[in-house]
Amino acid sequence: MRTRPAARAGQYAALLAYLVFLAFPLLWLLSTAFKSPRELGSLHPSWIPRHPTPGNFRQAFDEQPLLHAALNSLLVALGATLIAVLLATPMAYVMARHRSPLSRAATGWVVVSQAFPFVLVIIPLFLVLKHLRLIDSLFGLVLVYVVWALPFALWMLTGYVRAVPAELEEAAAVDGAGRLRTLVSVTAPLLAPGIAATALFAFVTAWNEFFFALVLLKSPGRQTLPVVLTHFIGAEGVADLGPLAAAAFLATLPSLLLFALIQRRITGGLLAGAVKS
Amino acid sequence: MAAATRPAGRAAGRTAGRAAGHGAWFLVLPALIPILVLSVGPLLYGILLAFTDAQSGRTAATRWIGTLNFRDLWHDTLFWESFRIGLVWAVGVTVPQFLLALGLALLLNEELRLRRLARALAIVPWAMPEVVVGIMWRLVYNPDAGVLNETLRDLGLGDGRDWLSSLATALPAVIVVGIWAGMPQTTVALLAGLQNTPRELHEAAAVDGAGAWRRFRTVTWPALRPVALAITALNLIWNVNSFALVYVLTNGGPGGKTRLPMLFAYEEAFRYGQFGYAAAMGCVLVAVVSILLAVFLAGRLRGGEDA
Repeated sequence: MRTRPAARAGQYAALLAYLVFLAFPLLWLLSTAFKSPRELGSLHPSWIPRHPTPGNFRQAFDEQPLLHAALNSLLVALGATLIAVLLATPMAYVMARHRSPLSRAATGWVVVSQAFPFVLVIIPLFLVLKHLRLIDSLFGLVLVYVVWALPFALWMLTGYVRAVPAELEEAAAVDGAGRLRTLVSVTAPLLAPGIAATALFAFVTAWNEFFFALVLLKSPGRQTLPVVLTHFIGAEGVADLGPLAAAAFLATLPSLLLFALIQRRITGGLLAGAVKS
Repeated sequence: MAAATRPAGRAAGRTAGRAAGHGAWFLVLPALIPILVLSVGPLLYGILLAFTDAQSGRTAATRWIGTLNFRDLWHDTLFWESFRIGLVWAVGVTVPQFLLALGLALLLNEELRLRRLARALAIVPWAMPEVVVGIMWRLVYNPDAGVLNETLRDLGLGDGRDWLSSLATALPAVIVVGIWAGMPQTTVALLAGLQNTPRELHEAAAVDGAGAWRRFRTVTWPALRPVALAITALNLIWNVNSFALVYVLTNGGPGGKTRLPMLFAYEEAFRYGQFGYAAAMGCVLVAVVSILLAVFLAGRLRGGEDA
């Protein structure tokens, strides 16, 4: 369709405004991360650091146990991802292939769980985990993240399973392949990209999560990266801006890189789940 | 069409389900147990807690106190103030975010240069930890070293202010951050909806001389409506549940002006140890979210009849 030049110019102006709105906080974070303390203290901050310095990064690692926190985050996110995918894949398969009251109840739970206010879940969860002696434990947090990731993983994976034609499985069965054999050599390879995308998304959400980690982890040595980041902000809301920006920037890099890998699949998968259920 | 295929599908599903039998249970059980223990169970437990005087670290046994917590909540002006702030926040984020994301999605759907860059940028907040988004905007709003005040100074619009600490600007300031942070999901959903609208209809309408607004209203919007309703409902729910952003930005201050219900309940439970009372707050929030959902579903059903 042709668009009039005036309308085109208007569209570009609007797009430019969006670009500015979306990008400026990100650029400012990056700029602050490389500014020296003296420059941060001056009254006229500039977009481009006058004397860029990596000092903030060094200081960030000195001030807070960032590496240790990153390791905690990595362990929790990996554990939660592995368990969630292992549990969700068979269940998603059943939900996609067999309509039963159970699958309908599970789908209902997937939808309803999106509406839970976390407050109502966190207090009883805290008490349950306390009974199990899993407060202030990374394993306890892993369990919480598993349950938290399951609705989304089920949603995505059900969509991906539906995208694998059942006829393929039937053909394999006709050729004499057993049920397990069919699943392993026909369904699993076709499902692999979807599983990978779901796993990466689960990893990113666990890596980024804050609320449960704040409530459930008490000792500083066990806290995850987002919780440790908030320690840069003092009680009075005063913060050492340079190291804060540097640490925040570093904490985001893994999420951004992983998300860039899966972004198209995730948006596609979300909609596939939405359209077909 | 859906109505015609559904009975056949259900019948086929029933036989398949019976054939699957024990195998299906075996596959479902591993996921079902953690869901029951750590999700469904706690939810029910939480509702029960709302009717008790449960407190953290107390030695005396927890007792049933009926609806006392709810009666106390009813008279708790701080809670209702927080509730009001939560509504202003949820609506104040959801509505402008929808309009902004719709505009962006319409632009991204055109053949414009820089489209890819804008799309990539629009997705970035989705991947960022909420804590980092909060920290980032604290840097933007910083009274001295922040870019907002510096820009105002450069434009000769005064010295700016301490956006997050002043009573008048704190809530609007955090709402802007909420809008920014939620752009990706809304934009992506609307863009996908737009790409599903039939192009031929659009072109036919243009040939018939319909202007851009008329084309949007008669061709684009009807096709986009289900997606728009779904994402708006989800946004409302997510925003009612929002915690980390505001916790990092203002921690509910100044003077409780940004104390969302989630922050209020968190303090009540984990700072003051009032588990029962906080659970009652959670119940009220669930009720509100359920009403919002019901309204949404009703709207969606009506939309279905139109189509």
